[in-house]
This record gives sequence, C-alpha cells and structure tokens, in this order.
Amino acid sequence: MRFGVRRTGRLVLSVWVLVTAAFLMIHVLPGDPVRASLGPTAPLSLIEQRRAAMGLDDPLWLQYVHYLGHLVTGDLGVSMTSGLPVDEVISSRLGSTVEMALLAFAVAVLISVPLGTIMAVLARSNKNRDWALTSAGVVVATIPEFLMAVGLVFVFSVQLGWTPVAGRSGPSSYILPVLALAIGPAFMLARIIRVELLSVLQADYIRTARAKRLRPAAVYLRHALPNALTATLTVGGLLLGALVAGTVLIENIFAWPGLGGTIVQSILAKDYPTVQGVVLVYGAGVLLINLVVDVALAVLDPRSAIRES
Amino acid sequence: MAYLKRPLGISAAVLLVLVLGLALVAPLLWQERADAVHPNEILLGPSSAHPVGTDLLGRDILARVLVATRLSVGLALLATAIGVGVGLLLGTAPTLLGRRVGRWITAVINIAVAFPTLLLALFFAVIFGVGAKGAVLAIGFATAPAFARLTQTLAATISGRDFIAAARVAGVGRMRILLRHVLPNIAEPLVVSATMAAGSALLAFASLSFLGLGVQAPGYDWGRLLGEGLAQIYIHPAGALAAGVAVIVAAMAFNLTGEAVARGLVMINPDKPRSALVGKAEPLPGGGLLHVENLRVSYGDVTPVRGVSLTVGAGEAVGIVGESGSGKSLTALAIAQLIESPGRVDADRIEFLGEDLRHGDHRKLLGTSLAMVFQDPMTSLNPTHKVGRQLAEVAREHQGATRRAAWRRAVDRLAAVRIPDAERRARQLPHEFSGGMRQRAMIGMGVMASPRLIIADEPTTALDVTVQRRVLELLADVRAAEGAALLFISHDVTVVGQVCDRVLVMYAGRVVEDLPTASLAGGALHPYTQALVSAVPSMTTDRDRPLAVIPGRPPDPHALPAGCAYAPRCPLATERCLDEDPTLTVHDDGRRVACWHAEAHLEGAAS
Ligand code: SF4
Repeated sequence: MRFGVRRTGRLVLSVWVLVTAAFLMIHVLPGDPVRASLGPTAPLSLIEQRRAAMGLDDPLWLQYVHYLGHLVTGDLGVSMTSGLPVDEVISSRLGSTVEMALLAFAVAVLISVPLGTIMAVLARSNKNRDWALTSAGVVVATIPEFLMAVGLVFVFSVQLGWTPVAGRSGPSSYILPVLALAIGPAFMLARIIRVELLSVLQADYIRTARAKRLRPAAVYLRHALPNALTATLTVGGLLLGALVAGTVLIENIFAWPGLGGTIVQSILAKDYPTVQGVVLVYGAGVLLINLVVDVALAVLDPRSAIRES
Repeated sequence: MAYLKRPLGISAAVLLVLVLGLALVAPLLWQERADAVHPNEILLGPSSAHPVGTDLLGRDILARVLVATRLSVGLALLATAIGVGVGLLLGTAPTLLGRRVGRWITAVINIAVAFPTLLLALFFAVIFGVGAKGAVLAIGFATAPAFARLTQTLAATISGRDFIAAARVAGVGRMRILLRHVLPNIAEPLVVSATMAAGSALLAFASLSFLGLGVQAPGYDWGRLLGEGLAQIYIHPAGALAAGVAVIVAAMAFNLTGEAVARGLVMINPDKPRSALVGKAEPLPGGGLLHVENLRVSYGDVTPVRGVSLTVGAGEAVGIVGESGSGKSLTALAIAQLIESPGRVDADRIEFLGEDLRHGDHRKLLGTSLAMVFQDPMTSLNPTHKVGRQLAEVAREHQGATRRAAWRRAVDRLAAVRIPDAERRARQLPHEFSGGMRQRAMIGMGVMASPRLIIADEPTTALDVTVQRRVLELLADVRAAEGAALLFISHDVTVVGQVCDRVLVMYAGRVVEDLPTASLAGGALHPYTQALVSAVPSMTTDRDRPLAVIPGRPPDPHALPAGCAYAPRCPLATERCLDEDPTLTVHDDGRRVACWHAEAHLEGAAS
C-alpha cells in the first residue's frame, strides 16, 4: 500500500514536470515563435493577429493557466501550418507509432529470452562459443536502429528485393521497420538475461532445485528464468522507452505514417503547437511505460516494492 | 593503463587513436577532393579513381566521409563536454546548495533520466533551434541528466567515507570538500563514462543530422551523408553504407575503449593456485547405506577434499565436524552429486542404496531417497514461488502425482514439520515465513518422498539460538519417523554430539578421526579433535579459566605442508610429523585416526 502511495506521488510529480517543460519549451525559445514560423517576410498585422489568437501577449502565468485548462479538456491548440487541431493530427497518427513500437518490443522479447538463455547455458558449458556469441551480441547491440535500418534496406530491399523500401502497405512492409527497431534491443536484452541468469544460477535456491533432482530444463525454465526475467524487467522498461524514441528515426526512414514523421516535420516548419502536443504524447508514453514496469515488478517480486519504501 | 593491455582494450584504443587522428588530418589532406564537383561523374559506382563512387554532384564519397570525421567527432566531443559539464553541476548541486534545493534538483534529475536521450535531444532541439549549434547544445543537455545521476551516486558513496566526515568535522567548506576530496575520488569512473558517452553522442548527432535537424548544407557530417546516401540507396548503395560504417566504427572505438577501461577498474587478478598434495586413504570395510571411498573434489589446481572415505549405515546419524575450509560441506555436496563445474569430483567409490552414483543418471533415486537441508533457509527457497508449490514439485516430478495430490501432500508435510495453519502457509511466499519456519519447510521438502538419507549442511548455523534447538529436535523426530539416516555437517562439535551417533573430524580436506560420539569427551585420540572438544565450554569447565582456543590457522589449500597438515598447530608435533603425512588407520574397534602419535596415546589410555 505504501508503495502505491509513493508511486502515485512520483507519477503526479513527473506529469507536472513534463507538462510544465512542454509549456516552457515554447517560451524560452530565443525570439518570437510566431515570427519564426511565419518567416521574416510576414506582414506585422498577421503576426500581431496570430499572437493575439494564441494568447502570447498575456502574462506568462495567465498563459500557463489557460494552457493547463485546455490540456485538461484535451485541447492542444491548432497547427500553425495546416490549421488543423493538434489533437486530431495526433490521434490520426498515434496508432501506427504505437503499433510499430509494441510489435518491435514483442519481437525483441521473443528473440532475447531464448537467445539469452542459450548464451547462459553456453557460458557454463562451452567457453569458446559463449565468447563468440557474446562478442557478436555486443557488436549488434551497439548498432543504432537507423543504421540497422539502412543495412536491412540494403540487404532485403535493394539486393534481394524481398520487401518494400518504405511506406506502410501490406504485412511485408512491417518486417524491416520492426526488425530494425527490435534487433538492437533484442541483443541488449539477451546480454542482460545472460548475466542475470548466470547470477541467479549461483543462488542457493537453484541448488535446492537441483537437490530436488528436477530435470535441468525445469531448473532453468521454472526456477532460474523467471527470477532472471524479473531482474531484467527494469532494463526492459528502459529499452522500451528507448525503442519509442527509436521509432522517430525509423518512421522517417521508412516514411511511416506515424508521430515520428510529424514531430520532425513540425520542428523543421517551426509549427510549435504541434511540436508541443507531440512532445507531450511521447513523454506521457514514456511515463506510462515506467509505471507499467514498476507495477509489474511489484506484482512479480513483492520484495522490490518493500525495498523501495 | 594496465587495463588496456588486454587484446580488446588494445584494439579499441588503437581504433580510437586512428579515429581521432583522422579527425585531425583528413580535412587537410582531402578537403579539395571532397568538395570538387564533377558534373559528368554523377553517381558513379566504385572505381579506382573513386573507391566508393561519387554522389549526386559527382563528388568523391570516400573523401567526403573521411573529411566528415572532423565535424562528426568534433561536434560529438563538444556535446559530450557540455553534457559532462552540466551534469557535474547538476550532480554536485545538492551537495553544494544544501538539502532543500538539493531534493528538488534530485527529483527533477530522476524524472529526466527516465526519458530516452533521443527524446530529450529532440525536446532541446526545439528550444535551441535547428542546426549544428542547436544540436550540440541539445545533445549536451540531453546527456546531462544521466551524468548528473552518476555523479550523485558516486559522490554519495564517497561522502559516507571517513575522510569526508573528518573534513566536515574539521570545518572544511562544502566547495572545498567537493573539489579537494569528492571529485578526485570519482574522477576515474566519470572519465570512463564520459568516453562511452562520447560514443553515444556521436550516434545521437548522426541521428539528428540524418533527420535534418543537425548539421545543415553545405556543411556535412556522417549523419547528413547517410541521409543523402539513403535517398540514392537503390542506384548507389555504397554512399549510405560508407557513412554508416564510419559512424559504427567511431562509436565502437569510444564505447569499447570505455568498456575496456571500466572492466580494468573492477578486474581483480586471480593469482594462480599452486599444486596441492593428494593423498590416498585406507579402504573401508563394506556394509551400510552409503559408501564413499577416496573422494576428491578439486577446483583447478586446488583440491579442497583430498581422499575422504566414509560409510553411513541404515538409520545411522553421522556427523562431520571441522573448521570452515576443512572440506566438510564440499564432501556433502559431492556425495549428493551437487558439485558444479568447474568443480571436479573423483572417487574410487560412491555407492548409495547399492547404486554407483559416479556413473549414469540417478535422478529418481536421489530425488526420492536423498534429502538435502541447506545452511541458509533465507536464500534456499525460491523467492518467487509459493512454499507449497516448491514442496509439491517434488511429488510432481518423481512420483507422477497430480497437481492436487501433490499439493495435498505438501500441506500434509508442512503440518508434519509443525508449521501451524499449513493450508494457508502453503500459499505464501518464502519471505512471509520466519527463518526457523523456512528451515522447517526445507525439512518438509526433504520428506515429501521417503528419504533413506538426509544430508543436513549446517542446518542451524543461520538461525537464532532458540530456534536452533527446535529445528534440531524436528530433525531428530523426522529421522525417527522416517527411519532415515542422517549425515550432519557442522562446525560445532557440541551440536554434532547431541544429534549424532558417530563423528568424523575433518581437517584440511581429510578425515583425521572417526569415532563414536560417546568417546568425544575424554576419548578422542587426534590432537585436533581434542582441541576442538576442549574449545567448547561445558558444565565442568572451570569458568575462571580462559577457554582453550586452537592457536594458528588452518593451512592454505594452495600450500599444504609436506607432513601432517595439522603439524604447524599441533602441540605434539615431532620431526616425523613435519616430514611424513600420517595415513588414516583403522583400529580394532572400528575407530579411525590419522596421527603418528595417536598409537602411543591409545596404548597409554589402554594401560
Ligand atoms: S601426526 Fe603429529 S602433527 Fe599430526 S596430529 Fe599427530 S602428532 Fe600432531
């Protein structure tokens, strides 16, 4: 119970910091955002009009109050370039980003759990192969997603012609973006699972499990792996967060109709209301992931909740 | 720099020097070539004139990638410097500004580190604007929170040290403490992290430039070249690939160097153990439940168990006593077939219930007939499984019981080891049990089937004195109820005396004496056994006299003496003891002793 209270307190504080940072973002910019967005040749009257419409001439605290008020009703303002409400722009594009991130995370987990387990088993039996696999893992895990994407496009689209280069059309168009996002984190997770598994295998309760003469597979899968995965969960949450950030690059490479394209275009076009809205959505996504991970940890391993308080 | 001597460290460092060197010289050598526009050589493939081909304006791609090293690496280093600087300021601010302000800064840092660097970089890119300058600041600020956190953590561990407390008591100012005492002590890990952070900054910069938010035309870094190359990837893939390879190589040079140094920091040099003597023991007469002959356990060159022979009869309670390091626990584990690689077990015979345990698979036999109780009940149960489930597992695995039958048996066994409200307790996790209760649950796990032998390895050492007695009683009861034999490992000769019929005394990996419990007080023949017994206070001990402690330490398993291992501590040691190792000799009454002077003692006692 104490855990719930503390965690909620932290969440509220985090949300406040996020919301305030997104508000201040536009106000600490050097220069006038309206002028910057309309360009140096814009007539003064238009600029004045826009400023008034956005309430930029009000005192800062009043703008903050208005901003919070609008936020509560889901009103994120109007795009300075397209004139569409920002919340509409976001809701039309959010789905494909979330879809890609979740798919990639699922693939990363599906690859990393067996891979990490195999690496741990090898570490205890075959030193040479363990070394080779671990080194390969280090190399693959360092390759950032956008370079992975370029490499995958080169091999599978250009050389082999198996998959489309860009866009979201059929199932085959998902393969490369999802793989590009998933491979790095998969190897990273596999390394962590390997380390955690090896340390769990030293634990006294594993000796107990062996003393019960369980099959080796049962010792690994029933007793060691779940405990190793609990320990991996924290890092898994961080990786999922990083994966969300990775979608920005991947969407731009594959011309994916998601928020990643929107944020880059709106930054380049100085469309600040849109930038602000998208930043809020990404931030909220990360906070949500952290929350889910913490709750999952507390459920899976009650000791972690006790440890925290 | 000793930690860079290993192959990985060397190659990473060499790579890093190459990258940095290239950043310095490449623009001097190839700038003209990189900028020369050749309208009639557009998008050529690799050739001898252009090893990686040309771009949209006919410029040589290789030259452009090489020249871009300076900008890419330079900007990344600049961003890292900003990140480290801001991070240090934020991280040390709580120390400098006092509790109140510090708490707020810490809270904000903690929230900021939860966000991925790239998202933070995008956020700051909005504030600082599009372009190289904006991107440097954005990446710098985006890496700062992680650095602030690291600084804080490191500083916190240092602040607890005595010398900081002393400085504080002496009235040294906060700033001075920070600069003179804290920072120098955490500099090394910070530099390592900064090196790795430079690798990440390089990648982040390539990302931003690639997205068009970093370096702007006509300038170019690897990220821009990559973006330009990607547009042409169908006609001319080499362009994108060359820039991609450059980014990866440079980033790895930073990361691996950092990692190699970091590993060097925590590396402990294990000095190689020297060879040890392995003795041979007298064979034993047959008869009984468990027969072990000449058991040896070795780890590399060290042999902590050197030829142990023992028998346990059906229903008999045998104790093994010895100091820590005597090899008693390893002996127990080796008998139970629980030594894991790199440990190695050899024996002339390990026979349990008529089966040769040295070869083949004995899962079923051991799973049902051999029970283990380990030392630390706090860690010996799986923390994430319900206690009942951990017991039930035995019946499921070896007796083919259904889930329900196994559970019923588990509850029954928990009740049998006197756990109150067993039904409810079975559904709890181990951390909800007290230490004594967990140990009882372990014993309950041992009697899920019907064990013929219970091996208990210091089962009460980790428990409270009051709980100890009850666990011992339970063990005795269970043994009586099951008719099982007991092999009881302990450092405490008194406890062994209470529980066991017969005692084996181990010293430096050998059995030095094997005698009935009744003979312990007054009848022990080996000087070590005598010393053990007299080190225990008893009702008859004169309270005013100091307790006899055994002087000296057990021998280093890496360097065992040539003669009797106990000789350096033995009051009776003679020339012979120093030169010749006494063998374990069986006497008429079945007692065994390994001591040159036990005979004399025995004769003396007999006459
Ligand atoms: S052999 Fe000698 S040194 Fe060893 S215990 Fe006997 S008397 Fe002591």
